[in-house]
Parts: sequence; structure tokens; C-alpha cells
Amino acid sequence: MHAPAAPEQKRARKRVIDSRPQLLALQAFVLLGFFMLWHVLTATGLLNPFFFATPLGVLERTAKDLATAAFYRHLGITFLETVLAFAIGTVAGIVIGFWFARAPLVSAVFDPYVKAANAVPRVVLAPIFALWLGLGIWSKVALGVSLTFFIVFFNVYQGVKEVSPVILANARMLGMNSRQLLRHVYLPSAMSWVFSSLHTAVGFALVGAVVGEYLGASAGLGYRIAQAEGVFDTVGVFSGMLVLTLFVIVIDSAVSAIESKLLRWRPQTSATVSTH
Amino acid sequence: MAATQAALSLQDVTCTFAGGYTAIDGASLDVAPGEFVSIVGPTGCGKSTFLNVAAGLLQPSSGRVHVFGDELNGLNPHAGYMFQSEALMPWKTARDNVAVGLEVRGTKRADALAQADAWLDRVGLGAFGDRYPHQMSGGMRKRAALAQTLILDPKIVLMDEPFSALDVQTRQLMENELLELWSADRKSVVFITHDLEEAIAMSDRVVILSAGPRARIIGEYKIDLPRPRDVAEIRMTDGFLDLHKAIWADLKDEVLKGYARTSRA
Repeated sequence: MHAPAAPEQKRARKRVIDSRPQLLALQAFVLLGFFMLWHVLTATGLLNPFFFATPLGVLERTAKDLATAAFYRHLGITFLETVLAFAIGTVAGIVIGFWFARAPLVSAVFDPYVKAANAVPRVVLAPIFALWLGLGIWSKVALGVSLTFFIVFFNVYQGVKEVSPVILANARMLGMNSRQLLRHVYLPSAMSWVFSSLHTAVGFALVGAVVGEYLGASAGLGYRIAQAEGVFDTVGVFSGMLVLTLFVIVIDSAVSAIESKLLRWRPQTSATVSTH
Repeated sequence: MAATQAALSLQDVTCTFAGGYTAIDGASLDVAPGEFVSIVGPTGCGKSTFLNVAAGLLQPSSGRVHVFGDELNGLNPHAGYMFQSEALMPWKTARDNVAVGLEVRGTKRADALAQADAWLDRVGLGAFGDRYPHQMSGGMRKRAALAQTLILDPKIVLMDEPFSALDVQTRQLMENELLELWSADRKSVVFITHDLEEAIAMSDRVVILSAGPRARIIGEYKIDLPRPRDVAEIRMTDGFLDLHKAIWADLKDEVLKGYARTSRA
């Protein structure tokens, strides 16, 4: 009743956590196997190292990059774009999601346009944003916002609409006015939906930033990958992808930590007793 | 005269929903200050509709509601409502759930929390203030809901089958606790149940609703059993059995009618 999708996932995750070291070992094994396969295929010449790079080459390049100051400038810019896109998209999604959910006329009028806007492939907007906002960070932020906004918007809208009518009636009987209902009932209910979409939203903010950089920029991880591609430097491309992957893992675990702290009230396992 | 003195007075209330379904038809009920009235009726007879009208959550199609002599317009400010299903906010701890009513009415948070702790103690949840609803059993959640309602000191308490989801033992425990809390400062209680024994054991007066649709009040019985009562023990007394026999004779036909309708559908 409380939140979408999450309970089943949580339950599944809970079951495997019991054997955490085993799980980590298996995961490392998959990674190692992948790199081994890659290494063997490129070392034996089955795959051309020029087109597929070599795992050792990629790791070496990544380690070398991590030791330079210039790399952190690029990383910092991508990080800044991601955070800005995420923050602006989320706040706008929450505010407008609330507005639409609480004003049925507005949502009815704008419904087809919201759906149409969401159906536009955002990549085609990237050159437009670059035209409007220049090649600096803001065109990338705009692209990221156009992606994250809709995810948060739809979740907030749903979260506000799906508040239990009994909880609402009870809150009104307890004496809440509409502002207090917003604070004590609608907002917490909507936040549980927002958080369940947070991983996706952060991911899309990053995609917006990197794709924007890839298509036209002077700095950032996406820019580096585009540069490497321009000179057929496959090692550089794969190294850039590896860094992006690590970056996403770090951000995602930060989101998980925040989520588990803020959604402590949500049942982690199946509920205690049925009520009817 | 009686209407102005009653804590709660429903006159000739009819509720017809969009689509033409009439849940209650011309029901009138006066509840005196400090009186414990139970409304009993077969499943689906519009008992909850009746209570929603008394709470001001539902506007009757016709008829009038007075609260302490004043015509009710909007939510009933003197009423506390304990719902049948889960009404605690799952994102608040038991303590915050109990305190929130005081908070939104302007009590300082620290004071509200202190009073909430006192109420949690009173309903036997003293050690569980930090639990979220999903971490409590059904019985504990009902206790928390009771504290949440009573902490606001409403003059009228509306209860919609509050204990119907509980097992028999927990339920009798809760019924006795409720009677004890009630006898301390005699609020008016409108208690809805489908369980005739529960109604007789707890009330000053039992009102019988007919099977819906178009439910009407078909009988009223004064329960003059001595107080304080123990709901488990009083069921064994002759006075209880006589009342039960008399009321059941009237209720039986309606139950069968309601049953025939639901099994046909």
C-alpha cells in the first residue's frame, strides 16, 4: 500500500544480504571473468586490440588519468552538471507534480502536452540547448533537467493522488488545515514515491550531462570520450566508460544511503498483520 | 428541547449517493452528553455512512445534524473519529502520530510530545513510542489510534468497528480499556459494530439499523446493566442474556435479509 515496486525488490535484496561475502565473491568473479575473456580474446588476436583495446591498457590509462589534475577538473564539471540537473529537475518535478495533483483542471488541460513533451527524444534537444545556452555547463544541465523532471513529476503526481482516503479523513478530523495536510500527509506520501524513483533520476541526470558534453563541450567526461573517439583512441574511450561506471556506482550508493535514512518508516519485510 | 440538549442529534438524515444508491433513509438519533450508544446492523447497512455524517465528512442529502445545539456545517469540531481501517500515518512514529493532532492545533511540539507519551502509557504503549506503524501489531496500532483520537479530548467520540480486526482476547482487553477510559470523563460515544454482544456489553443504549439499502433505525434498547462492567464477565449474567435474546429476535430477520441479498449478488 505504501510504495510502488520497492517492497519486492527490498525483500529479494534482504534475502541475499544474509550471504553478503558469498555474493560479493560471486560478483567479483563475474567481473574477473569478463576481463579475462577480454584479455584472452585481444591477446590471441581474435579481436583486434586497435578496435577493442586491451583490459590492461584500459586499466593502465585509467590509473594514469586518475593521477593527473586535469582529469579531476573534467570529473568535477560532469559532477557539477549532474548535481545541478538533478536538483533543478527534482525540485521542479516536486513543485509542478504537487500543483497538478492538487489542481484537477490544470492537470486535465495540460495532460496531453505533458505526455507529448515526455515522448520527445531528449537527445534531439541537445543541439537546441547548446544553441540557446552556449557550450558551457548550462546546456548540459538543461538536458539533464529535461530527463529528470518527468520522472520525478510523474512520481509526485502519483504519490499525491494515491494518498489513502482514510488517512486523509483521519488527518482532517485531527484538525489539519490544507497547509498542514500538505506537510504531514501529502509531502511524506509523495516523497516515498520520489525516493523510489531517485536512482533512475540520478542516472538520467548523469546521462543528460554526459550526452550533452559528448555532443558539444570544452570539458567533462563526455567531452573526453568524444575527444578520444575523434582520434580512434579506443583505450581512451573504454577508460572514459570505466570512469563513468565507477562514478555512477559511487553516486548510486550515496543515494541508497540517503534513501534508507529518510524512508526508515517504510516496511522492509512483509507487513505484520492484515487489517481486515 | 431534547434536540438542543443532545451532544449529537441527527434528524431525519437521508444519504443518497451519485448513482441513486440510498444508504440510509430518514434516520434520526439523539446522543446525550456522556452517553455510550452502539449502532448495530448487518454488514453493508450504511453504519459507516451514518458515522461519516455525524463527523461532518459527508453531507447528508437531506436532514439535519446538530452538535450541542448548533447546526453542523463542515467538519464536526467536537468529534474524534476512530476509523475501521488503518488511519495512522505510516511515516510517523507512534509518538508523532499521537502528538500531531495537538501540534496542528497549536500546542508547542515539546508539550504535545509530553502529552503523547502520557497517552501512550495510558493505552499500554509506553515503551513503543518510537515504533513506526508497520513495526507494531494490529492491536498496538489500534491502541495508538485510540490515543491519537482521545488526546484531543473530543466531547464526542465516533468509533467505526474499531476492534473488529482484532482477535477475541485482544478485543476484550481493548473493550475493557475503552470502558475504563470512557468512565474517567464520560464523553459521548457512538460505537458502530456488527457484533451485538459487544454492543450490549459496552453501551447505555443499542440502536438497531435495518439491512441496507435504505437502512432505517428499527429498534432502540436501553441497556441498564450495572457499571463498571467487565465485558467478558457480563456476558454470563442473566440481564445480559435476556437483553441479547430480545434484541436478537429483532435483528435476526434483518441479518437474514442482508445475507440473502449479498449471497444473491
